[in-house]
Amino acid sequence: MTDLLYSEVEEDLRASVRALFSDRAEPAALIARTETAEPYDLKLWRTLAADLGAAGLAVPEALGGHGASAREVAVVMEELGRSVAPVPYLGSAVLATSALLAADTSQAEVAETLGKLAAGTLIGALAVPLSAAPGAEFPSTVAAAADGTVSGRVRSVADASVAELIVVPAVGPDGPGLYTVDASAAGVTVAEAISLDLTRRIADVTLEKVAAKRVAGPSVAASALDTALVTAAGLLASEQLGIAEWALTETVRYLKERYQFGRQVGSFQSLKHRLANLYTDLINARATARYAADCLASGDDIAIAVAVAQARNSPIAVHAAEEAIQLHGGIGMTWEHPAHLYLKRAKSDEIAFGTPGRHRAALAPLIDLPA
Amino acid sequence: MTTVDDLKRRVADLLAAYPPESTPRQDFLDARFDAGLAWIHFPEGLGGLSAPRSLQSVVDKELAAAGAPDNDKRRIGIGLGMAAPTILAFGTPEQHQRFLRPLWTEREVWCQLFSEPGAGSDLAALGTRAVRDGDDWVVTGQKVWTSGAHKSQWAILVTRTDPDVPKHRGMTYFLCDMTAPGVEVRPLRQITGEAEFNEVFLSEVRIPDAHRLGAVGEGWKVAQTTLMNERVAIGGTEFPRDGGMVGVVAETWRERPELRTSELHDRLLKLWVEGESLRLVSSRLRQQLAAGAPGPEGSAVKVAFSELNQAASGLEIELLGDEGLRYDDWTMRRPDGVNFLGREAGYRYLRAKGNSIEGGTSEILRNIIAERVLGLPSEPRIDKDVAWKDLPR
Repeated sequence: MTDLLYSEVEEDLRASVRALFSDRAEPAALIARTETAEPYDLKLWRTLAADLGAAGLAVPEALGGHGASAREVAVVMEELGRSVAPVPYLGSAVLATSALLAADTSQAEVAETLGKLAAGTLIGALAVPLSAAPGAEFPSTVAAAADGTVSGRVRSVADASVAELIVVPAVGPDGPGLYTVDASAAGVTVAEAISLDLTRRIADVTLEKVAAKRVAGPSVAASALDTALVTAAGLLASEQLGIAEWALTETVRYLKERYQFGRQVGSFQSLKHRLANLYTDLINARATARYAADCLASGDDIAIAVAVAQARNSPIAVHAAEEAIQLHGGIGMTWEHPAHLYLKRAKSDEIAFGTPGRHRAALAPLIDLPA
Repeated sequence: MTTVDDLKRRVADLLAAYPPESTPRQDFLDARFDAGLAWIHFPEGLGGLSAPRSLQSVVDKELAAAGAPDNDKRRIGIGLGMAAPTILAFGTPEQHQRFLRPLWTEREVWCQLFSEPGAGSDLAALGTRAVRDGDDWVVTGQKVWTSGAHKSQWAILVTRTDPDVPKHRGMTYFLCDMTAPGVEVRPLRQITGEAEFNEVFLSEVRIPDAHRLGAVGEGWKVAQTTLMNERVAIGGTEFPRDGGMVGVVAETWRERPELRTSELHDRLLKLWVEGESLRLVSSRLRQQLAAGAPGPEGSAVKVAFSELNQAASGLEIELLGDEGLRYDDWTMRRPDGVNFLGREAGYRYLRAKGNSIEGGTSEILRNIIAERVLGLPSEPRIDKDVAWKDLPR
């Protein structure tokens, strides 16, 4: 039966991750970091990925992971949304890891790489635009040559600027394949873009005859890539839940503190009703995110669960962040208040792995509501 | 601890002793109640087994599979969802024995005498008076929006027993015999054309003190239990994917390709997604209840359902185009209960307008969410410490 609640183990995991982020990803420090040469906090990443074991949750124990499931990864994603911590969790632990898990894990190369990703000793990225949606055609912007090298360009790759290993979908002489390349290899250029989202950067990856190892051939490459995108889309719904939860919690706190017209601002009915609406959105976001995570874990009903979760949670997260800014008044518009970090994350997430409209369109044939 | 096997064995015993095909419906319901298989989370002797609520579906499925008759939850919804949990929580052992069995077996249908012309959202402002006279109370006043009063034998009733204290403190809760002298029920015709609601006039109705629920002056507290259960009953209702009001529009969409437009398509998909997410919220709410930790989501789910039903039924009329200009029947009728699916689109559209008013308006529910769930301060109030009799009205 579908379990939409959180287990004790999941709550314990949440407590550890939340404690780490509240200790080491405090808003003022996050904002200051965005304008330094090190927008990502890789020390924090090592603690999260290696010490807490968060990078290997969905990786089987035999491959060096913790043998948990998407349900546990979803809890980490919630906390990631709540803190907008600048760590490459989505690119490495979700996208690159899911793609390799769906490839042939009996290959020594795949198993070894997964082991490192799970241990948090290697940071991965998947060379697709962050906007790539499940169900799209296999990308043809990178070509694989008969000599085993790959060449081409992929724009807007999440977390690529700190990746040490890049999983590249490329089309070879015999069809689609997934390849791994060393990010420091000759011919690899990673140009960081100026990202709307300050705490999850995108970069353009250019590959010129880069030595690559093929980890999935024509028979599995397309489905492995799609699995990675579906998994990421489903788990992103949990990040969006975390964003909405931060926005509601912080706005409620602020409206209790602030006085205008001789009253706590939070006592005005017009504002209370807006917050009650955010709460209603939040419980919807939680139910759809939990369902998507549970389906990804069990393998049932994935396509509908993920499309529903993305169609629902993307606008909820954006609206919650927008309301947080409006209800904080002038302070909400400032650089020093963290609300903008959440709006930027929410708006980027709305585009990531397919817009809400695209997910609704994908849903239509699945539920027999044709255009 | 009751187990699934234990329950299945009890169901098998019941079916063996009372074969559904040869047992009259009412006798079967009586036997089921006496076997503790009515509402298994109720105490033994009161239709239950003090078992986890989550296992009720085991019993229901086994009985349905055997073709056993069930009570009509729609007809006795107010009794099941509101009167029963309140009587269980506040009633005396005598009241438990007297009222719960006929309530569940459908021999006695219940209604709810709460709202008044001057006390709707502000329920604690109510003015129906109850005055002590020996072993009885004498009740006089007017109630309104009473669903099903015309087919009810009993009512849960809130009255004013002390006008000299602030409004929340001077109320007392009763179980009222709807056949008692002085109870008059008048149909109240609605925008749908039918009269599913009533006005109820109470003229010196005598209620024995034995039918008081909770202490004198504690009526507000007792009523809170009723209202909370009302919202859980609404929010925790189980319905399938693609069900409810959205399911109705979806079905029309599938059957009538000639009506489709791209604008309506995206709106329909949005509503379908909302319906599915509310289905999951309700499912989560039931899982929390089953785990023994009821969530505060009930009020929010009710607000969301109201909006969804209104949007879906409005979309249905637009989708129907010319046919949306017609109505099925304006005849004044007094139905047994609300049946959204038994009527046509116009009825659904008009009746859904009541969803955001009945059982607490969306505005009041948003206040409840803001204050009790989010902990925001209440608006400044002028009625808190003033005796009820001195309040402007």
